[in-house]
Amino acid sequence: MGDYIVDIENLSRTFGNTQALQDVTLRVPRGGVFGLIGSNGAGKTTLIKHILGSHYAQRGSVRVFGLDPVKEPVKVLGRIGYMSENRDVPGWMRIQELIDFTSTFYPSWDPGYVKELLELFELDSKQRIRNLSRGQTARVCLLLALAHRPELLVLDEPSSGLDPVIRRDILAAIVRTTAEDGRTVLFSSHLLDEVERLADRIALLHQGRVILEDSLESVLESFHRITLRFDRSYSVAPLFDGAIDSRGQGYEWTYVVRGDKTRLEQTAQSLHAQIVGESPLSLDDIFVSNIHGS
Amino acid sequence: MQIHIQAQGGVPIYLQVMQQIKYLVASGRLKPGEELPSIRVLAEQLLVNPNTIARAYRELESAGVVEKRRTAGTYIADTGSPLARKERLKLLKQQIDGLLVEAFQMGFELDEVLKLVQQSEILSETSKKG
Repeated sequence: MGDYIVDIENLSRTFGNTQALQDVTLRVPRGGVFGLIGSNGAGKTTLIKHILGSHYAQRGSVRVFGLDPVKEPVKVLGRIGYMSENRDVPGWMRIQELIDFTSTFYPSWDPGYVKELLELFELDSKQRIRNLSRGQTARVCLLLALAHRPELLVLDEPSSGLDPVIRRDILAAIVRTTAEDGRTVLFSSHLLDEVERLADRIALLHQGRVILEDSLESVLESFHRITLRFDRSYSVAPLFDGAIDSRGQGYEWTYVVRGDKTRLEQTAQSLHAQIVGESPLSLDDIFVSNIHGS
Repeated sequence: MQIHIQAQGGVPIYLQVMQQIKYLVASGRLKPGEELPSIRVLAEQLLVNPNTIARAYRELESAGVVEKRRTAGTYIADTGSPLARKERLKLLKQQIDGLLVEAFQMGFELDEVLKLVQQSEILSETSKKG
């Protein structure tokens, strides 16, 4: 095993006739923040459930901390802090009861940190879970995921459906976790501004496949939006090497292309076209173009 | 220190941090010798990856805008250095380019713009003060 916290190779998974994951290879390096992006139904949650060992690998392999999470769940889960998308916690319990219950699973549970987080999140530990607001419930889940200071924090759509104040708590927790040496965060999100702020690396999942995986920096640098003016009018976009998306009409066509700039200029010249406009792309643009183009 | 980050703008976040700190220095809102927040504190405040802030600080350091001191803090460098002046010039040139593009788009000629610059109210205010 290299220094990968999560090492997934050629993982495929079907549910009935649905191909949920197809030949997914993904390596999450130790330290830093890994962002998993994709539309609803792209396979993000299924992938996360494989990491947690709640799904076994039908084909391919999944290793977390070098271990098989299905075969050694205690060793793996004891080092992961997880917050699920649904944030399902037993409503009949009081916050303190849930904390006490959860703490028994984790040798590294830190009661001092729990106290700190209760204060920070303004939670009253005597309250019953079912009486909490959605945001308070999310804070409880976040607390439970953080309290044993996990080596790997896994957050599945952590801020979906939450107001900006609680989103801030969650994002700050991600920053704090990664700022502590060697800790790794894996989070899935369809809120791409969050991913752009926080991730070191990203993987884009589409229809069960990883169609893009790289450091955020090189992703942002390797895509360009260029507008070309051709020497004659076209009714469909002329083929441009490396283009993943195109739109326009007549003499001017705008492409989203992947590649370094000198090569783009050469390609443009060979098509008798001039680059008349150029702009950087946000992660959101890149996401949409990749989905649109695939 | 007031910094606003806009993800989704197409401008890399480290660059936004750099540009805004440069602007704060150039406009005198950050003074030479002033300490910048630690990487972790600023990362949490702006909700961005700490590596991004680290990169911005590193590049500001090589541009001579800030300096690291033995106490591990990051401080605004003495702006008297030629590098800092070069940076300030670069910032100013960007602003001038923006102004000219705008002016030409609105149909003004260069000499009209120059005249307007000389007649600016800000100039009459500073000469009154002086």
